Amino acid sequence: MEITRHDIVIVGGGGAGLRAAIEAAENNPTASIALVSKVYPMRSHTVSAEGGAAAVAREDDSLELHGFDTVKGSDFLGDQDAIQYFVQEAPKELALLENWGCPFSRNEDGSVATRAFGGMTTKRTWYATDKIGFHMLHALFQQSMRYKNIVRYDEFFVSKLLVDDGVCRGVAALDIRTGEYEAIVGRAVILTTGGGGKIFPFTTNGTIKTGDGMALAYRAGVPLKDMEFVQYHPTGLPGTGILITEATRGEGGYLRNSKGERFLVDYDYGVGNKAELGPRDMISRAIVQEIEAGRGLSGPYGEYVHLDLTHLGADTINAKLPFVRELAKTYVGVDPVTDPIPIRPVVHYMMGGVDTDIHGATEMPGLYAAGETACVSINGANRLGSNSLTECLVFGAAAARHAMEFSQGSSNGSDAALLAQVEEEAGRVENLRGRKKGGEKISEIRRELNAVMETGYGVYRQQDTMQAGVGAVAQLRGRVADLRLEDDSKVFNTELITALELTNMVEVAEVLAVSAAHRKESRGAHTCRDFTTRDDENYLYHTMANHDPAGPRLGKKDVVLGKWEPEERKY
Amino acid sequence: MSSTNTGEAIPPTQKTIIITRFDPDKDEVPRKQEYSVPCEDNWKVLDAVNFIKDELDATVSYRWSCRMAVCGSCGMMVNGEPKLTCKTSLKEYGDRVDIEPLANFPIVRDLVVELDGFMHKFEAVKPWIKRAKEKAEDKAALHDTKLTFSQSTEELGNFKQFSMCINCMLCYSACPVVANEPDFLGPAAIALGHRYNMDSRDEGNAERNEIFRGEGTVFSCSFANECSEVCPKNVDPAAAVNQAKFEAVIDWAKGLVLPSPSSGGSN
Repeated sequence: MEITRHDIVIVGGGGAGLRAAIEAAENNPTASIALVSKVYPMRSHTVSAEGGAAAVAREDDSLELHGFDTVKGSDFLGDQDAIQYFVQEAPKELALLENWGCPFSRNEDGSVATRAFGGMTTKRTWYATDKIGFHMLHALFQQSMRYKNIVRYDEFFVSKLLVDDGVCRGVAALDIRTGEYEAIVGRAVILTTGGGGKIFPFTTNGTIKTGDGMALAYRAGVPLKDMEFVQYHPTGLPGTGILITEATRGEGGYLRNSKGERFLVDYDYGVGNKAELGPRDMISRAIVQEIEAGRGLSGPYGEYVHLDLTHLGADTINAKLPFVRELAKTYVGVDPVTDPIPIRPVVHYMMGGVDTDIHGATEMPGLYAAGETACVSINGANRLGSNSLTECLVFGAAAARHAMEFSQGSSNGSDAALLAQVEEEAGRVENLRGRKKGGEKISEIRRELNAVMETGYGVYRQQDTMQAGVGAVAQLRGRVADLRLEDDSKVFNTELITALELTNMVEVAEVLAVSAAHRKESRGAHTCRDFTTRDDENYLYHTMANHDPAGPRLGKKDVVLGKWEPEERKY
Repeated sequence: MSSTNTGEAIPPTQKTIIITRFDPDKDEVPRKQEYSVPCEDNWKVLDAVNFIKDELDATVSYRWSCRMAVCGSCGMMVNGEPKLTCKTSLKEYGDRVDIEPLANFPIVRDLVVELDGFMHKFEAVKPWIKRAKEKAEDKAALHDTKLTFSQSTEELGNFKQFSMCINCMLCYSACPVVANEPDFLGPAAIALGHRYNMDSRDEGNAERNEIFRGEGTVFSCSFANECSEVCPKNVDPAAAVNQAKFEAVIDWAKGLVLPSPSSGGSN
């Protein structure tokens, strides 16, 4: 078995992971940085982000405003120290991305253009037509290639964190191409693996978003925080769940019901007279209410409403939303220049994740996390659109700086102890490969898990279905231990990888279910029909979930307030 | 039962999907395996492969992720042509659909091809913003939003199209030169290098043009234009190669009469 030593090991090659790698490489040109990803970095799901990335850029804006918008968007569950740090670092990070070649759209004077986004009081979303995630990911990936001290492990699946003496010292990784395990050891580890939207059936997330980093940390004893908060993006294509960006509304698009009415004006969610620019949680609720009131439209994938861009005209759509036009034409056969796009709320983002402090540090020495995998928390109960890409940059860089600092003072750990852990893990996974004695089928467990999550943890939730979901997911956790696998090949065994991912999904789903059922209030994206108001007296805290063989054990963590007092969230 | 989003439900059509199978530990050469698949009317080719994986044969190996034509993972040969399978409608094809790994790449397993060579070509063009000198002001600029580069819409337009490549590698499968000269830098890598050359923020032209003048690069292109025809993102790599060729020659000619410009450090 090979053991390879690095200064730090980054797991995940998307926006946060690449930013962390570059920061670490710049920070210390002699340090060795391992970047381990189950896909080639340019395949990471950062690629699919469309609308833009937020940072104060205009004269009429301020850090104070961006901070307050974010706190208010979070329904006062975001940590205010983290949010202040975030908004302060955001402009520098986006300037860096510009310097690294990201093809941002421009104003006439050549400066970077910004657009309106939901819950943001002014235009502060930097964009590259409607493909910011794609351009950001590729700019970061290409920039990362100039650093020879970044060692990439492309298509390596990390299935276990190596912990020795309470310190995280590396990972056990399966080389997907060979089927062999490697010990990738470092004096600090950063998790940047994204979220786990694939636990739901209807999601904007790509198939690789299986909650791996969250599950790795959780199994290693690190708590997951605020996992009940799942963002439903208001505008996904029925059937596939493909994302249609909020920038469609930022650029002036309307949502219309079956009567053709611009129904959001009745909900009082809009900022000023821009009804469509409310935050995502509220707009998703409005769509569901409209459908429940019988004003939705009917299709083979359920009820939906219309996103109308026709009044914007072909020139604006081609100049600012060309990808939206391509997606609508390709995946629902609609040209938004002439016809409204069918849309419905779709699982998009996990506000919760691995509990970290403002430096990306978890409570386990040597283990850091950033991006959607992590919960710092700047997003609280509801993330504002375009804050998450910036979050990847700000906290990817912060985690790298602090991980590098930690690694300088940390010892190597014993090779023998770490190798023994990897060998044990390799043995476990070897037994799973082509495991014919099992009784459960991967696609069946996934289907059942998806159904439980959709029923229990939608835009609106209620105690009975959430409680039923808790039992159902716990049962699936038992069943996923008895998978039947057909593929006994070592080389590029995607069935084996899917089995490992499915286990991660079930664990993350169980934490989500238990966390959600315990929170008897409505806050941000967690909206209960039986507890309809926010309850600051009893629930103004972060939900902490610790691993236990019997199921997640919940605890609490204080929300960092101090600058803005919780108030009624009105737009 | 499926349909277009708003129309009437259309019953599925049974098709024979033929998948190339190859496991280096078991097979001497690739073989074909047929599956009968009930295909929904609105399916993309990838949906049929996913159906096979989930319901018929879990051992089929292939790559995919975003299923929205932007991650670039799921390129395959479909009836002999390189296609992004998540973007290609299955109903464009008849009763038998032949799915093979991308041509001109070594096969790892089944529909999975090796990317090592592609990634090396990619890095070879130094795809990052190079400044002639790493000036102190430049470093300062990195930490001040007011010092982002100014770039006109026209300057952005000079390279934007070439920045849209999703690295799906279809152009390498279509390219007759790649087929004969595996070391040819190839359409996507040249387009990428050219993208940075055309970026007003970049000053690395001289260095990249030197690479472009080398063996197995722009002058190997035979102008078949196949790359641009198969590109699912309209990047038009053929145009990039053509322009890069021209720039590389001009740059070389300038070097004959003028002292060569400083090309900065090695990074």
